[in-house]
Amino acid sequence: MERWRRPGLARAVLGGVVGFAVGVLLLLGAGQLGAELKPGHLLALGYIGLVLGWLAGLGAFRFWLAWALGRPADRADEAAAHGRAGDWTRYFRFTTDHKVIGLQYLVTFIALFLLAGSLAMVMRLELAQPGQLFDRDTYNTIMSTHGTLMIFVALNAIVGGLGNYFVPLMIGARDMAFPRVNALSYWLVPPALLLILANPLLGGYDTGWTGYPPLSEQANLGEEAFLLAFITLGVSSIISAVNFLVTVSRLRTAGMSPMRLPIFVWSLAVTTAIVLIATSVVASALTMVLFDRLLGTAFFRPSQGGDPILYQHLFWFYSHPAVYVMAVPAFGAILEVVPVFARKPLFAYRLAVLSFLGIGLLSFMVWAHHMFVSGMAEFFHIPIMITTELISVPTGIVFFSAIGTIWLGRIRFATPMLWVFGFLWSFLIGGITGVYLADVPTDLALTDTYFVVAHFHYTIVGGMIFGLFAGIYYWFPKFTGRLMDERLGRLHFWWFTLAFNAAFLPMFWLGIQGMRRRVADYPAELGAVNLWVSIAAFMIGLSMLVFLYNAIRSWARGPVAAANPWRARTLEWQVSSPPPVENFEHPPVVESGPYEYGAPVSAPAIQPSPATGH
Amino acid sequence: MFEHGASGAGGHAGELDPAVERQRVLLGVRLFILSEVMLFGSFFAAYFVLRAEAPAWPPVAGLARPELPLVGFNTLLLISSSFTMQWAVTRIGRGDVARFRRGLLATLVLGAVFLGIQAWEFAHNGFGIADGVFGSTFYALTGFHGAHVLGGLLLMAVVANRARLGLVSREHHTAVEGVSLYWHFVDVVWVTLFLTVYVL
Repeated sequence: MERWRRPGLARAVLGGVVGFAVGVLLLLGAGQLGAELKPGHLLALGYIGLVLGWLAGLGAFRFWLAWALGRPADRADEAAAHGRAGDWTRYFRFTTDHKVIGLQYLVTFIALFLLAGSLAMVMRLELAQPGQLFDRDTYNTIMSTHGTLMIFVALNAIVGGLGNYFVPLMIGARDMAFPRVNALSYWLVPPALLLILANPLLGGYDTGWTGYPPLSEQANLGEEAFLLAFITLGVSSIISAVNFLVTVSRLRTAGMSPMRLPIFVWSLAVTTAIVLIATSVVASALTMVLFDRLLGTAFFRPSQGGDPILYQHLFWFYSHPAVYVMAVPAFGAILEVVPVFARKPLFAYRLAVLSFLGIGLLSFMVWAHHMFVSGMAEFFHIPIMITTELISVPTGIVFFSAIGTIWLGRIRFATPMLWVFGFLWSFLIGGITGVYLADVPTDLALTDTYFVVAHFHYTIVGGMIFGLFAGIYYWFPKFTGRLMDERLGRLHFWWFTLAFNAAFLPMFWLGIQGMRRRVADYPAELGAVNLWVSIAAFMIGLSMLVFLYNAIRSWARGPVAAANPWRARTLEWQVSSPPPVENFEHPPVVESGPYEYGAPVSAPAIQPSPATGH
Repeated sequence: MFEHGASGAGGHAGELDPAVERQRVLLGVRLFILSEVMLFGSFFAAYFVLRAEAPAWPPVAGLARPELPLVGFNTLLLISSSFTMQWAVTRIGRGDVARFRRGLLATLVLGAVFLGIQAWEFAHNGFGIADGVFGSTFYALTGFHGAHVLGGLLLMAVVANRARLGLVSREHHTAVEGVSLYWHFVDVVWVTLFLTVYVL
């Protein structure tokens, strides 16, 4: 019995079930009074009840509730919520330690990455040969779920995982500015994922992750699952963004001036600023679709004066900046790794920071390049084309920053560095093919073909996923206290990279031949190339087993890592591996920049002894 | 720069300096309000686009926009509630708890009356949320705003309760300042809404 009363997972599940029942019963009661009910109403209100019950069961509200009621703070409970070292149960509780939350995010989204990747392989099974293996609705649901889940992974794995774990450490802080908000932002994720994974039971949905009306207003109940899950993750991202921005601007340790911030911290500051500004726009667009479906509003119904193209504007006003929410943290991770393995200061650090800011600013001015064929106002085409191509300037500077650091460096070809080279190659292809999609005339021909599919996989896998793996291989010793196996790491890199290029390079050609995206079938003469692509896609999947084996085995039984196995200079490497619960016994004092390799200064920071005070 | 570091980071190794905590919380509130601005901004954008595309406003014959006098009176109520709120903030800043509580209570009452009048108007409008783009934009904008007013009132009730228990003082009133920032924001949204949806 005690288990169900204490805050924790058991009570959370119970709370979720009760919350769902309360939501549904409330509506059924309203139905008795004559309200017109659709299954979507029950799902929406039941889900809101589920989220609230789940969070209450976890004990997410207990500290705020005590504060609101004016009760004295329970210090013992607060310390327990922060967690003790070596206690594995803290990973399954509402724990406020940023390191625990970082690992929760990382493991959750790696698992989701594997799941969404398996869905991609099911798609490639269908596409391996012309003709139909399973029916088109099934294919569409798998395609939509794959896309949506992968977008969630790309948005959250680096920011939520590596960002939560390393930003406080890198700026010399003990935790994030609002640790409970941080835990709340993570624990909003599981109910949303549960809902989106349940969508096949609700009839699936066939709109892809973009959810364009009018299709999304006619789709099955699965569409509601998609909308509600997306909005929930949006709320989670917004509160997490507030937390990051306050942390970076207010919690830096002494001597950590803005120009001494590690570049990864800068990348996250820019990313979370984009998240903060843009996310509510997509949340409102999705809310309008939900209202159109459930409340009979007419936002996107042309028959009643609505405008479907309005949705596309609102959607892409968020979703194009979201591409940079995926890419910029990866740029940050890449630029963090390069100086350590080239043993040189980061080339053009200030320009790289400025480029991040420039990318952040320009990312809000390019959204309509997704809409050249939508029938939007003609005069808008050329300005959007120009701003889109302009964004390659700051992106190019980030590239030069990496290449300039590598140039004449003493390069160690360890696994993290290999992913850097993989990133440079893949993202270059992704960036250059993007020019054809930014140019209006070529885009009119290439839009909605496999050229687009190949392009965005080269930017998002080539950018974000390569950055994620560079970061994971680099920081693994820090967050596990164990070294990863180098040989298996190299095997994973080469296998993944070769298979990735084998799968996606031919797709450019397929797109130029006119193969349509998001369609379960294609002309028979493209069969041979598609079979090749499918085999290569399965190879990508197999390469992930190498990673999984390496990560699990090294975490359990790898050689114990020293505090600073790569001899890096940023602050997270100056504490033990894994770091103590309080991060720093005394706030460190920073006396030089993070990348001064080869400079006579021996240590980047001093830890003052208690006697000298601080 | 130094004072950020010297304050340490994280509240688990003992009590946090109230001035440092105040800075953090108020920055957090301001950033959160920025995302709220974008939320209302999107609904306003939808409103302007759909209205510009409509042949007339309201586009369906037979629908009438709400009468101005009552809403105008309501607008005055909400604007004055911002003044009472700010007065309460300056009072507590000088340690005058009694007047602060009076100001907060006045704000609460003004906000609640505003919400009541809104509810009455909703019930007596001759159109519903399903009446084309006119009803959709009207109720989405005013409804979201009303939900924010309700949220503000709940926060004020919490602050009032803490004040009743003697937990709000000259040294500890960050929550009051946070709520007042939020309340002014809700007020500004209403003025914009009033001018565009009702008057224009």
